Amino acid sequence: MIVRARNVDFYYGAFRALTDVTLDFEKRRVTALIGPSGCGKSTLLRLLNRMNDLIDGTRVEGEILFEGRNIYAPEVDPVEIRQRIGMVFQKPNPFPKSIFDNITFAPKLSGIRDRGEIETLVEGSLRQAVLWDEVKDILGKSAMNLSGGQQQRLCIARALAMKPDVLLMDEPTSALDPISTAKIEELIDSLKKRYTIIIVTHNMQQAARVSEYTGFFYLGKLIEFNATEKIFTNPAMKQTEDYITGRFG
Amino acid sequence: MTSKAREIIIKNLFALLAFISVLLLGLIVLFLFREGLPIFKQISMAQFLFGSAWYPTYDPPEYGIWSLIVGSVIVTVLSCLIAVPFGLLSAIYISEIAPAGIKEILKSVIELLAGLPSVVLGFFGMVILAPWMQETFDLPTGLNIVNASLMLAVMAIPTISSISEDALYAVSRDFKEASYALGATKYETIVKVVIPAALSGISTAVILGMSRAIGETMVVLMVAGGSAAIPRGIFDSVRPMPASIAAEMGEAAFGSGHYHALFATGIVLFIITLAFNLIADHISNRFKEEGSGTL
Repeated sequence: MIVRARNVDFYYGAFRALTDVTLDFEKRRVTALIGPSGCGKSTLLRLLNRMNDLIDGTRVEGEILFEGRNIYAPEVDPVEIRQRIGMVFQKPNPFPKSIFDNITFAPKLSGIRDRGEIETLVEGSLRQAVLWDEVKDILGKSAMNLSGGQQQRLCIARALAMKPDVLLMDEPTSALDPISTAKIEELIDSLKKRYTIIIVTHNMQQAARVSEYTGFFYLGKLIEFNATEKIFTNPAMKQTEDYITGRFG
Repeated sequence: MTSKAREIIIKNLFALLAFISVLLLGLIVLFLFREGLPIFKQISMAQFLFGSAWYPTYDPPEYGIWSLIVGSVIVTVLSCLIAVPFGLLSAIYISEIAPAGIKEILKSVIELLAGLPSVVLGFFGMVILAPWMQETFDLPTGLNIVNASLMLAVMAIPTISSISEDALYAVSRDFKEASYALGATKYETIVKVVIPAALSGISTAVILGMSRAIGETMVVLMVAGGSAAIPRGIFDSVRPMPASIAAEMGEAAFGSGHYHALFATGIVLFIITLAFNLIADHISNRFKEEGSGTL
């Protein structure tokens, strides 16, 4: 267990977005969070690297333990947490800089200046994200010229360059075409050997294809959490079954 | 009336109004050139631009506006050196750092500053700042480059601040989130992501602030001191181009060399502000395809 949520409640102002969520994420496994829009799955994901800190008027109760330490404890620096837990967003969001500078953003922040080391890191990250062959000759070009799918793989490479332990993915393929989606899914499959991946998805086939564990959320509550195979073939809860068979949501 | 006929009438009415505005501006420019160009029958363009003696009422008169150009440039540059840091840093504070309450107050105060009539600023510079400077630094006059630059800076700060703030605000939240998610602090996010993405808008703001300062008449007429000589220090008086035109046009005989020389000075000023606006336009278009925040 690398990340554990313990009785987490979360509020946007007076609105309670998550109620008593307790959930463990296993190391080097892919865990999918599914559920209808507004069920709190993205909120939970953004709690895991303290991205919700950036929204005014939010409040967390309960504990989120990363390697046994509560990341919401007062002495914890959110910046340090975000360096260990990378994130990929719904909409590809490369910086309007060159491909090279996108990858080196995080390493440079952490003080890596050596040219050779940086170049190795850029190539390594792009290879891991299966983008190297497509961009190795245009590293100096703006990332904005890439296609949506390439941009998303660049964002994954950019997060990997930080050498995180956990990778959070917030509907990473919802803005992409089927071919790009297939590439990202293959990529997730190859990355799980080295990283813990937590993915929020609207696409149930995707959850079934890429994940080992699945959590189903509804109205801010974790309804069911189990091995993906179990959830999709023999769910314990009626609501889960209704959702995965398309009766609501 | 059918809706189609109405559409046609509305379309043509708008086209006509747009055309009239452009035509009026075009005619003014034409008039400016018609009244200004005849001076070059009396002296060459080089003599006019780079002659350092401005004695339009002497006999024989001398129409060299170099000292006026220098006066304009020096107060503009100095005022920008003051206004750019203040305008830019206040924009960054308002857009990225200030809590909501302070943000609203600061924004309205800066808008209020933009609404100050320039004659009021000139009056302040003349009555408060000039005597104070004269006494404190033991100067022959407090109406000088520093005074004019300070007052022009006060005028340029709201322009620079509000346009920069718009540019910073236009930077997509996605970029900021990406930066924070990569372990950047707030300061690192502002310096490495937000400012570079807004750079084209910020450059536009600076250049529009400069063009505001160089074209401003009332302030420099009141506080720059009005001496048509090349200054030797920043506490000397100068006579920027707009001040010269405003002060002398009433006395210049219609159709005289002096009259044409003042219009020609107007042409020079027009070309400088036009160039500033073209540069601003060019810069703001430059990074658009890169997907960064522009105006």
